[in-house]
Amino acid sequence: MDMDEAEISFFKDGLRLDGRGADQIRPIKIEVGVLARADGSCYVEMGKNKVIAAVYGPREVHPRHLQEVTRAIVRYRYNMASFSVEERKRPGPDRRSHELSKVSREALEPVILTSYFPRSVIDVFVEVLQADAGTRTAGINAASVALADAGIPMKSMISSCAAGKVGDTLIMDPMKEEDNFGQADMPLAMTPSGEITLLQMDGRLSQEEFRQALQMAMRGCREVYEIQRKSLLDKYSQLESEPVQEVQALE
Amino acid sequence: MSSVLSEIRKDYLYNLVLKGERADGRRFDEYREISIEKNVISKAEGSALVKLGLSQVMVGVKMQPGEPFPDSPNRGVIITNAELVPLASPTFEPGPPNEVGIELARLVDRGVRESKAVDLEKLCIIPGKQVWVIFIDVHILDDCGNIKDASSLGAIAALLTTRVPASRFGLGEDYSLPVNDVPIATTAIEFGDVLMFDPDVDEESIANTKLTVISTADGSICGMQKSGPGMLTPEQAYRIVDIACQKAREIREKFLEV
Repeated sequence: MDMDEAEISFFKDGLRLDGRGADQIRPIKIEVGVLARADGSCYVEMGKNKVIAAVYGPREVHPRHLQEVTRAIVRYRYNMASFSVEERKRPGPDRRSHELSKVSREALEPVILTSYFPRSVIDVFVEVLQADAGTRTAGINAASVALADAGIPMKSMISSCAAGKVGDTLIMDPMKEEDNFGQADMPLAMTPSGEITLLQMDGRLSQEEFRQALQMAMRGCREVYEIQRKSLLDKYSQLESEPVQEVQALE
Repeated sequence: MSSVLSEIRKDYLYNLVLKGERADGRRFDEYREISIEKNVISKAEGSALVKLGLSQVMVGVKMQPGEPFPDSPNRGVIITNAELVPLASPTFEPGPPNEVGIELARLVDRGVRESKAVDLEKLCIIPGKQVWVIFIDVHILDDCGNIKDASSLGAIAALLTTRVPASRFGLGEDYSLPVNDVPIATTAIEFGDVLMFDPDVDEESIANTKLTVISTADGSICGMQKSGPGMLTPEQAYRIVDIACQKAREIREKFLEV
């Protein structure tokens, strides 16, 4: 996309096309417990991305030969709705979604205490309803909150954010235009203490730029973490303060 | 039974790591012996057989005219596939590619694509209508560990030998595929707080996590992939990138100067 790169200007008066500075994440909205049937669920908006995550389990493994004697297995299904992108996406899994499911599962697995639930499965389903670059990071953020909402024991939360490069400038949390015509995209997921559980990159970065991009993405993850934490506190502190309903005796 | 054996093996490898050793006597950043045989399949437009220690990967390149993608009407198309055929490992099963195979294919593809190794502009036949389609097919023959690096190496080696079969399609004389860069993938595992490059199959099975770094001739990074559950500290990521770029340079100079 060399030609387009030159034509498109990503900055105007030092700000990005959506008015953000280079090191600002998009506005994030997180709602906890949005689905009734799931054991845990979460809806996340990151800019124009809209994703919803549901957690089922720990529950019995089907097919049974997948079960592990010493721990629970974790399954993660990343799926894009056919209406989530400009040009209709063919429904069902493709190669990209298989890969994203794998790396996203591996981003969450290290913090889940799977040994508490031998022979069972923890299923995480992520549906992308609207996509605008950064759906895997939004999906992981939603899944992490949904796991907590489901009461799955975890060592910590996982937060995810990407850094990228457009017009020779490093930027936080690229949006669609920047991802399509940018020079690099590097999604990251980590624990609040900075242990990396997902790291991917495509495009071009020098070694020095990589260091700076990693630092930037880590700052983004920390910001996301605060919002995840707040969303959970909001829901559960509210539940606690709700007055217990008095049960009226019949007689 | 197999899990019991692997626990014993894991203990053994872990004790070695504590002593700063690996089972086959390599240093932590040392690659196994690499050999690349080029043009091993005469029916293919380009091919390479890569041996990385005991691992063997065959990569074949086929080309044919086809339709461009609507968003890049004047560029050739690259399609990468990887087959984990059951002959290569007791754990591979027949059937459509699983997520390991898909991840592998996409990683190989990422290296070739993001490094802009192939000059796709030069593969346009009729703008908007017809371009050359490059099929890169990775065939794993023997999985003795680190097939990611071997496959990526095989892909670029095969592309470097590729002749565009223009005469077969009545499009003029055959010519060499225009290749401008040599992306090299290097993979390290983290195990017991130690970083080991070019893991063999036992080391892979005990690794907490893996990081593959693809770097280009100018020393920049054009692709990365963390794979496997487990965590890395930023310092570990920096170190892997530093060593990976160095290793890639050595491999490139030794085998694949453009």
